[in-house]
Amino acid sequence: MKRVSIKEEACIGCGLCQVYCTVEHSKSKDPIKAYRREQPRPVSRVRVETNKPHSISIRCQQCKDTPCVTACLSGAMTIDKETGLVVHDAEKCIGCWTCVMVCPYGAIKPDTSSKIIAKCDLCPNLEVPACVANCPNEALVCEEVEQ
Amino acid sequence: MSKYVIIGGSAGGIGAVEAIREVDPVGTLTVISEETVPQYSRPMISEYVSREATLETMKYRGDQFWNKNNAQALTGRTAIKIDFTKKQVELEGGTKIDYEKLLIATGGRPFVPRMEGGEKDGVFTFTELSSAKGLESKLEQCKSAVVIGGGLIGVSAAEALVKRGITVTLVELKEHILNLILDEKASEIAEKVLSEAGVTVITGQTVQRVLGKQDNEDAVGGVIMTDGTEIPCDLVVVAIGVIPRTELVKETDVKVNRGIVVDRFMRTNILDVYACGDVAEAHDFLLNGNRLLPLWPLAHMGGRVAGYNMAGKKAEYAGGTVMSSLKYFDLPVIAVGNTNPENSGSYEVLVERQPEKIVYKKILLKDDLIVGFIFLGDIEKAGILFRLLKNHVNVAEIKEVLLSEDFGIVTLPEQLRQKMFVVN
Repeated sequence: MKRVSIKEEACIGCGLCQVYCTVEHSKSKDPIKAYRREQPRPVSRVRVETNKPHSISIRCQQCKDTPCVTACLSGAMTIDKETGLVVHDAEKCIGCWTCVMVCPYGAIKPDTSSKIIAKCDLCPNLEVPACVANCPNEALVCEEVEQ
Repeated sequence: MSKYVIIGGSAGGIGAVEAIREVDPVGTLTVISEETVPQYSRPMISEYVSREATLETMKYRGDQFWNKNNAQALTGRTAIKIDFTKKQVELEGGTKIDYEKLLIATGGRPFVPRMEGGEKDGVFTFTELSSAKGLESKLEQCKSAVVIGGGLIGVSAAEALVKRGITVTLVELKEHILNLILDEKASEIAEKVLSEAGVTVITGQTVQRVLGKQDNEDAVGGVIMTDGTEIPCDLVVVAIGVIPRTELVKETDVKVNRGIVVDRFMRTNILDVYACGDVAEAHDFLLNGNRLLPLWPLAHMGGRVAGYNMAGKKAEYAGGTVMSSLKYFDLPVIAVGNTNPENSGSYEVLVERQPEKIVYKKILLKDDLIVGFIFLGDIEKAGILFRLLKNHVNVAEIKEVLLSEDFGIVTLPEQLRQKMFVVN
């Protein structure tokens, strides 16, 4: 199973992971259009936290006990049998925020503009997730971990 | 003979089926459900009535769920008796099924108080699809409704009806709506949001009597409140709460308090008999004791734990507590634990208000442990608090930052992060 982890000492808190995540999850894949024009506004599934001099980039950590899957009211959050990843079905999501309540990382974004949640999907259309590929200091690593 | 028998096919029963099949793909498995399509999401009844969801989209699991899990689903069937000595469940009509392991996941029944006129056409409850369908089918001809009960289900019902163009009066006996979940301040904000959406909220009162229509005494025409006021309406929704459906174990040796008492493995006091969900009184991690907590995620979690143990894989129920996330009229709120204690003086209270943004946050601490919190308006990091509360983490060191803008994983002490918030 894939998971993105962070080398904390290398994170400079630049926030580019958020930008690339937002753009990758936009319709246009164009930064200007994504940030200025698209409705509903695409949201980043990554959050950069700063507590000077430290900073880290937070996203879904693919927890083994999957509290979000157990808590989901509509059946939108499931474990993909093939990849072992926690996946979110936007069509089934009702934006009840129950997964937000139980996510220990605060890594599920309650997107009030689309009225459903957004969470890291490890960029299924890319070989390497956008945040990892574009981290200027190689602070983010996407690797296979045991399920 | 079925190795596993589950009574109830909702959140708990489904969780148990999935867990059993993870461990034992072949053991015979029978699920008995009164409902014909049990695998729908009960919390989505509100979305169904408001027409934001259809019968299709509200399915919690697909139509093939039972088949795929090699489970025999006896839908539309009612279990009427359990013989714990013979290890046998009897269904209406006389069918008897022997079991090796039994799960009682019969859920709750909406509580309907005795009320003059309560039998009239147009009085509904809001926790079962069949009732919701009946309600939904009447909406085209109706203009107004009175919802009795200002808890989670009542407010959900009010929202759904307003979205369908019905004029709604929401009646709550206590001083504030959602009083089991929110404190006064948060309730007031929620009441304001409801009012702005067109709901008339009446607190400190209840319905005394349901009246008939002038031309049809058998159909709902209005209600009389405790103070004597008359409110005309075409519908009454009773949403006061649910009571555990323990009737199957009445006058048996199964230990029942308010619900069926289960241990951390979801076992009842009878060998090979388990219970979960709204019918069970299970562990509360805040209380460190058993209590009724009729919440969908907990029913599902309890069902999973029961299923594992029934199939022979030891699993412990982590427990739940009072925990709700709300989205009424797009106001996001997450409230967990003890948010409004009676003797609030013995708690340390942290509060943040940003009225201009409709943000209100409150954390209650006792001996430096988080025992409850409300996040209203800005809920993204509520889950971090939830883990701190659930794991009884001493927060003395980080108290000052819990409500700050910068609060996050990064502000937690290194040792704590390595223990329960690993990101590297």
